[in-house]
Amino acid sequence: MDTREQLEQIRAEAEAAMENAASLQELDAVRVKYLGKKGELTAVLKTMGKLSPEERPKVGQMANEVREVITAGIDRRNELLKAAQQELKLKAETIDVTLPGTKVEIGHRHPLSIVLDEVKEIFLGMGFEVVGGPEVEWDYYNFEALNIPKDHPARDTQDTFYITENMLLRTQTSGVQIRTMENKKPPIRMIAPGRVFRSDAVDATHSPLFHQIEGMAIDEGITMGDLKGTLETFAKKLYGEQTKIRLRPHHFPFTEPSCEIDVSCFKCGGCGCSMCKGEGWIEILGGGMVHPKVLRTGGIDPDKYSGFAFGVGLERIAMFRFGLDDMRLLYENDVRFLDQF
Amino acid sequence: MDLSKKWLADYVDLDIEDREFAEAITISGSKVESYKQEGEGLKNIVVGHLLSLKKHENADKLWVCQVDCGGDAPLQIVTAAQNLTEGDYVPVALHNSVVAGGTKITKGKMRGEVSEGMMCSVAELGVTVHDFPYAIEDGIFILGDDCEKVPGMDIREAIGLNDTVTEFEITSNRPDCMCVIGLAREAAATFDVPLKLHTPEVKAGEGDVNDLLKVDIEAADKCYRYAGAVVKNVRVAPSPRWMRERLRACGVRPINNIVDITNYVMLEYGQPMHAFDLRFLEGNHVVVRNAKAGESIATLDGIERPLDDTMLVIADEKKPVAVAGVMGGEYSGIMDDTNTIVFESACFNGPSVRRTAKKLGMRTESSARFEKQLNPDDCDLCLKRALELVQLFDAGDVVNGIIDVYPTPKEVVTLPFDPDWVNRFIGIDCPADEQKAILEKIGFKVEDGVITAPSFRIDIESQADISEEIARFYGYNNIPNTQLRGTADASLTDRQKFNRLVENTLLSSGLSETQTFSFISPKTYDKLCLPEDSDLRKNIVISNPLGEDTSVMRRTALGSMMEVLSRNYNNRNPKAFLYEVATVYVPHDTLDELPDEDQEIVIGMYGQDADYFKVKGILENLLDTVGIRDYDVVPVTDHPSFHPGRTAAIEVEGKQLAVLGEVHPNVRGNYEIKARTYAALVDMELLEQCADLVRLYKQLPKYPVTTRDLAFVVDKITPVLVLEKAIKRAAGNILESIELFDVYAGEQIGKGKKSVAFNLIFRAEDRTLTDEECNNAVQKAIAAAEKLGAELRS
Repeated sequence: MDTREQLEQIRAEAEAAMENAASLQELDAVRVKYLGKKGELTAVLKTMGKLSPEERPKVGQMANEVREVITAGIDRRNELLKAAQQELKLKAETIDVTLPGTKVEIGHRHPLSIVLDEVKEIFLGMGFEVVGGPEVEWDYYNFEALNIPKDHPARDTQDTFYITENMLLRTQTSGVQIRTMENKKPPIRMIAPGRVFRSDAVDATHSPLFHQIEGMAIDEGITMGDLKGTLETFAKKLYGEQTKIRLRPHHFPFTEPSCEIDVSCFKCGGCGCSMCKGEGWIEILGGGMVHPKVLRTGGIDPDKYSGFAFGVGLERIAMFRFGLDDMRLLYENDVRFLDQF
Repeated sequence: MDLSKKWLADYVDLDIEDREFAEAITISGSKVESYKQEGEGLKNIVVGHLLSLKKHENADKLWVCQVDCGGDAPLQIVTAAQNLTEGDYVPVALHNSVVAGGTKITKGKMRGEVSEGMMCSVAELGVTVHDFPYAIEDGIFILGDDCEKVPGMDIREAIGLNDTVTEFEITSNRPDCMCVIGLAREAAATFDVPLKLHTPEVKAGEGDVNDLLKVDIEAADKCYRYAGAVVKNVRVAPSPRWMRERLRACGVRPINNIVDITNYVMLEYGQPMHAFDLRFLEGNHVVVRNAKAGESIATLDGIERPLDDTMLVIADEKKPVAVAGVMGGEYSGIMDDTNTIVFESACFNGPSVRRTAKKLGMRTESSARFEKQLNPDDCDLCLKRALELVQLFDAGDVVNGIIDVYPTPKEVVTLPFDPDWVNRFIGIDCPADEQKAILEKIGFKVEDGVITAPSFRIDIESQADISEEIARFYGYNNIPNTQLRGTADASLTDRQKFNRLVENTLLSSGLSETQTFSFISPKTYDKLCLPEDSDLRKNIVISNPLGEDTSVMRRTALGSMMEVLSRNYNNRNPKAFLYEVATVYVPHDTLDELPDEDQEIVIGMYGQDADYFKVKGILENLLDTVGIRDYDVVPVTDHPSFHPGRTAAIEVEGKQLAVLGEVHPNVRGNYEIKARTYAALVDMELLEQCADLVRLYKQLPKYPVTTRDLAFVVDKITPVLVLEKAIKRAAGNILESIELFDVYAGEQIGKGKKSVAFNLIFRAEDRTLTDEECNNAVQKAIAAAEKLGAELRS
C-alpha cells in the first residue's frame, strides 16, 4: 500500500469510527487514535521522508486535507453528541410542574381602602386635592356653620354622639368645607374623605361609624352644570363609560339648590334588577351649590364666587362594587373576608 | 307623608299611571319612597247576597248558606259565623281566592256539605272595625249602607278599598308639602295642570263666639297666632265613609267625626288642630304662656309630665290644658258627654316646640309638623275648613265668628327677579317669561321685577332658593353637563405619600389591612392589663353612647387589634397577620380644645410563622424602607401588655418609635386567644419625622472585598446588638458590613453562655485592602468584643 492509499484508508476508518462513537469519551478516543501525537495520521506523516521530492508536496497536501476532514468531522460529531447528552440531562431533571408554587405572603388591602384609593385617584386627576379634618369636631363646624342652627329639624336625621354640648363626633365630612374655606382662598378644589359617626345601632345596613367623601369646588362662575359634569365624569370613571347619572331635587341646609344623584345601575345598565331593586338607578351621592350663607361663614364673598359641594358614602360604593350584603363584614376583619380582596 | 290618590283628585285632574306619577314628581322634587294599591293582595273576593241559611245537619255550630255572588246560580257556603241574617250582603272569597295575609281559599267540604268559598271578616280584607264602625271583629263583615250592595262586584270597589297610596319623603325645608294641598300644588306644577283650590264656607249659626271664649297670647315669641272657634251641641258619631277611607289611606285611624275632622284638616292643609272640651276650660279663657316652674300636666296618654318655664302651654285661668303643639291634656279630649268644644288652629315657634317635645320625650304627629315651622297665615282658613266639615256632617252647631289673635303678621318675603343671575348660577339659558311661569305655578308672584314668595314657603330666603325652584321645574337633568374651567394641579401631600409608602410596605410584608371602630369600651384598658393610673385611660368620653362597648375614643389601637385577632381565633382561622393605621384620640387637659388625632400603626399576628422575629423583621423592613438606619433596640421588661422577656422598644435619638413583642399571656387570655400572639405599636408621627426618603446614588465598588468570620462565646444575657455595635465601632470605616449568621447555645459552649458568629466584610472605596489592614481591624474588633466579656472561639 502506498502512502496515498494509506491516507485514504485512515480517512475512511476515521470517518467510520467517529460515526460509531456513542459518547464524548469515545469520540475523544477516535481523535487521539487518528490525530494524536502517536496517532495513525502522524505515523503516516513520519514516512513522508521516504517519498520522492516530487511526490512529497502532493502527499503532504493530501495528508493535510485528510487531517482537516477528520478534524471537521469530529467537531461536527462532538456538537451532536453534546446536544444529545444535554437532552438526556434535561430529561432527567423533569419535575411535576403542576406542584404548587412557593408561597409569597402578601397582605390584602381593606376593601374600603381599595375603593377610596380609586376615588382619590379619579379626583386627583381632575385637580382636586385630598384634605382631612378632625373627627372629634366642634358643633360649630359640623352644624352651625353649615346653616344648621341648634334645634334645626335637620339635626334629627343625624343622631349625634356628643362629647360636650359643643364638642361632638362629626356626623358628616361637610365641616371640612368650612375649615378649607378658612384656610384657602379660591380657586378651591378638594375632596375630604374620612370617618363619620351617627348613633345608629349595628345591623346589615347601619353602623355607628362609616365613611364619607366630601367634595367641593369654589371659583368665579361655577355652575350647577359644572357639578353635573364633574360627577358624571366621576361616575363614568368609577363604573365605566356607559354610566349615566340622574339628579333628583333634595334638601341639605348647606347647599342650595340641592340634589341627590343616582347612577344607572352598573349591574343591569338601567333595566331594573335585584341590585337596584328594579329601579334601574342607584343613589350614591348628595350635593348641590354651596349655600351663600355657608360661603359667607367661610369668609368667601358669595357675590363674587360660587361653588358646588357633594358627599359620597364610601361603604355604599364598596358594597355595590364587591356585592356585599352586610356592612358588618367591613369592620369584623375576618381574614377569610379580607383575603378575598 | 302618605298621599291618597282619591283625595289628590279633589285638587288636580290627572290621568297618569301610578309609576309615571311617582317618577315625575320625584324628579321635580317630591321624593316618592313607594306607592301601593290598597287591597292589592286580595284576589277574587266579591259581594255576596245571603239568600238563605240553615243549620248544618251534622254540626251544631255550622251554617249552610246559599249566597248570590252574581253568578247564574247561588253558591253554597258553609260558615261557623253566628252573626248572619238572611238578606245580608257580605264579602265572599270565591274558589281560588286570596284574602289579606296571603291565605288561599279553595272550595271544599265541611262535615259532608260542599262549601264553594268563604265569607270574610274585616280582618280578612285587611281593614279594621275603625274603618267600618258598624262591623264586629269576630264575625262576618256585614256590609252597611255606605257600601255598594251589588252581588258579584269586586269587594274592593264595593267598600272603597281601591285607593292608591303614595309614600313621600318630605325634606325638613318643605313642611308645606306635608299635606294634600301642598303635594297637589307640586303635582299640578309637575304635570302642568291647574290646581283647583277650595275656599271653605261656613254658614251662619247661633250666638257669638266672643261670649263663650277669650284668648290671650302672653308669650308672643313662641306663639305667632292663635285662632279659635266654638261648636255647641256636639253630636259625636262616626264620620262618613269617604272621610274614613281617606284617613285610613293616610295612615290615620278614624275615631269619631270631631276627632276625624281635626285630623282631616291637618292632613289636608298641614295645620295641626286641637279640640278642647269647653267644660274643662276654667273661665272659658285660653292663655298661651310659658309653663310655671313646678307645674305639671297629665297628657292625653295618661302620663303626668313635669313642665318647666321654657315650655309653652295652652292654659286656662288656673292650669295648663295642653302642651302647645305637642299634646293635649287628659281632660281636654272629646268624651261621650262632651257638649261644647273649642277648635284650636294656632302657629307656634318651631324650635320651641321641638325642644319641648324632646325634653318631654314625646314626639307627636303635631310636634313633628310644628317644629319645622308652619305658616301662620292660614290658621283662620284651616279653622273655617273644620267648621265647614262640622256643618257638612251636622256634627254640632257652629257658634258665629272666630277668635283670631295674630299680633304680628308674618313678613312677606320679596326678592328681585333676576333671570340672568339664575341662568348664570345654574348654567342654563331659560327665558325670563319661562322662569316667571315656573314661579307662578308654584304660588309665587312676579311683578315689576320683584318676586313675592307665598307665605307657606318658609324656606325661601335668597336668590339661590329661587334658582332651585327654577332649576327643578326646568329639570335638573336638562341642565347641560359642563367641566370646570381653568387649570388646577393637585397631588398627594408628603404625609399622604408617606402613608401610602408605609402601607404598601406593610402589605408586601404579608400583613392585611384592617379597619376598626374608633370608639371602644373603657374595659379595654383592663383587658390590656394597664394600671389604674395609666395615661391611656384618659379618654374622650361620649356623653350619649350606644352602649358601654363603644363609649370612649381610643387612646391606643392595641385593644382593637386584639379584638380582631380574638374574633379570627374564635372563628377558627389558623392564622392572622394584620395591621391597621389607626387614629387615636389624645385629649388635652380640658375640653376647651379638640383632642389631638394621632396615627398609630398597630400590627398583630398569631399562627404558624408568627414569632417575635417575624414582627421585628417586618419593623426592620419598614424602618429600612423609610430610611431610618440609626436606631436602638432596647429590651422592655415592664410593659403590662407584653411578655417581660420578649419585648423591645425601638428608639431613635432617645425617643420611643415603637414597641414590639409577644403579647402577655394574661392579655391574650383576656381576649380568649390560646395561641401565642405578637404585636407592635408604631408612632406614625415620629416615624415620619425620623424618616429620610432622600436617596443619593453611591458609586458601585471598584475594589474587591475581604471577608472574615468571627465567632465568640459570651454570656447568654449579653445582647447581640451591643456586641455588634462594639465590633462595628472598633473595626473602623473599612468595615463595610457586619452580619450575624449564627447563634448557638449548647453543652459544648457551657452553661449560661452562647456562641455568636458574625460575618465581617471589609472594603475600601479607593484601593484594594491589604491583609495587614484587615488583620488590624479584626484585632481591634476582637479586643472590643473581649471588653464585653466575649471570648474568641478558635
